[in-house]
Amino acid sequence: MKSAWRLTLALMIVMTMAACQTTPEAEPEPEPAPDTSTDVDTSGAPDPRDYTDARNFDNPESLLSKRVIYFDFDKSTVRPEYRGIVSAHAAYAAANSTARVTLEGHADERGTREYNLGLGERRGNSVTGLMSAQGSRGNQLTVVSYGEERPTCRVSEEDCWAMNRRVEIVYTAR
Amino acid sequence: MTENVKKLFFVLLALVAFQTAQAQLEIEIISGNPSALPIAIVPFQWQDQTALPATTVDQIISGDLYRSGLFDPMDVADMAEKPVEQESIRFGTWRLLKVDYIVIGKVRTPADGQGHEIIYQLFDVHTQEMLLSRITTVGLGDLRYGAHKVADAIYEKLTGVPGAFATRIAYITSTGLGNNQRYELVVADADGFGPQSIVGSPEPLLSPAWSPDGRKLAYVSFEKGNSAIYMQDVSTGARELISSGKGINGAPSFSPDGRKMALTLSKSGNPEIYVRDMATGRLEQITTHWSIDTEPVWAPDGRAIYFTSDRGGRPQIYKVPPGGGSPERVTLEGDYNARASISPDGRRIAVAQGRGNEYRIAVWDINTERFTILTPGKLDESPSFAPNGSMILYATREGTRGVLSAVSADGNVRQRLILSEGDVREPAWSPVIR
Repeated sequence: MKSAWRLTLALMIVMTMAACQTTPEAEPEPEPAPDTSTDVDTSGAPDPRDYTDARNFDNPESLLSKRVIYFDFDKSTVRPEYRGIVSAHAAYAAANSTARVTLEGHADERGTREYNLGLGERRGNSVTGLMSAQGSRGNQLTVVSYGEERPTCRVSEEDCWAMNRRVEIVYTAR
Repeated sequence: MTENVKKLFFVLLALVAFQTAQAQLEIEIISGNPSALPIAIVPFQWQDQTALPATTVDQIISGDLYRSGLFDPMDVADMAEKPVEQESIRFGTWRLLKVDYIVIGKVRTPADGQGHEIIYQLFDVHTQEMLLSRITTVGLGDLRYGAHKVADAIYEKLTGVPGAFATRIAYITSTGLGNNQRYELVVADADGFGPQSIVGSPEPLLSPAWSPDGRKLAYVSFEKGNSAIYMQDVSTGARELISSGKGINGAPSFSPDGRKMALTLSKSGNPEIYVRDMATGRLEQITTHWSIDTEPVWAPDGRAIYFTSDRGGRPQIYKVPPGGGSPERVTLEGDYNARASISPDGRRIAVAQGRGNEYRIAVWDINTERFTILTPGKLDESPSFAPNGSMILYATREGTRGVLSAVSADGNVRQRLILSEGDVREPAWSPVIR
């Protein structure tokens, strides 16, 4: 199990290093490459992939509008499909030094309450680690673990538990 | 909100809580004990100058003994006669009614006019021997407490183990959803009677822990937006902030002498066990490991701290000397063992044991190194030993609702304590009080 942890840690380091080498805007999702042509957007809508633009917080097209990361049972590794969201917020925080973000870590109801406080914090730290590696500064990020105390769903089955194992990215200042 | 407005808000919440915490805990035996001792608690004659209370002293005693699972008190309706004095007991009649023990008594106002005197006697129906003859004197508002003391004495005389009826329980309730969610830390008698909210908050409350003198409760509150540990005097309500640093401030546990508190802090980056000197506030770090170390509890002799750690991969119980040292793994079976409660004799450890999606209360015997599973699951947690080791209080689920149950330490008798609304959880059984 220890070696599994080491492997996970090693993977995380490799992944964050890889993320450092590319620009934060780089998305794993198969979207068209950014258009660098001279089209002028007359509607005034922001480019959804401009993660430094605060207007994208309310733009459903943009990853900045997504602020919940979900986790596997008893795990704190950010799954590949959520790395794009984390990168988007990391880019925003990196470009906006006054932005302050609280990573609220949560667990499902299985297991004991205090252990789950630890697990929620571990999940928050995992997101913080990725964001820091992508340019967010330490003083911008705070982890608060609520453990299993703030469920979004209250049915004792996997679909519901999956909704509760999460980190919520909460901006206290944009 | 400004700090003052916030304070006022909390005071108001606490007041509202006092009004609404009237909902009683109902008790229902789920599985009984066929070898329970048949006993008759004859209605006590009321000679007191105050009005007869709605629940009489004999009813409280009967209820206590019934809930222990070790006694089968006779229905008053089945009693052919109701003697008050020793001379009027016809033992032959009680033998025919298949009763092994009989308790008679009366309640009167003491000569000085202050409080109540409960005068009672316990007899063995077969030998006609008087086993107990006592006068229990209590203050004016303490008649129920007096009745519990009588039940404690009868229990001890007939089982050889001190009773734990004259104690209290603390637990957390949660009602409402979303923005209307409310949390309360409630203290009630061990039979669930007289629940009183001692603190209420719109933010989570958890992990209540009694001081060894039963006067204070430490608990975790999120009222400032992050976990913080408070210590509160149960009767005066005066409270003190113990810890509110960066990261987790959780899992308080008083040392048996009350001079220290073990707690979990993650200020170093991950949860570690610390011991706080209550007089000086000085903190000593006890564990140093990248894993989750939490839920510390003291051995009754104060010579070890048991805690939960996933340093081996999954959560298990470990122990460490309270001055620090090398942690040693204790529980050797099962995938998930957490939140230890140590029996008063220090020989057994109750845990929440997980297997797949099922969590049950299990007891690890330190000498035989074996687990006994006590409860059926599916989401049982927060075990808390009674101060006499006879029962374990724990949190369980019925549908989506959290309820409290108690199980005898041998697993033979289970009972459910239901609150009429909301979630009830995290019970903590008080030490013997007063």
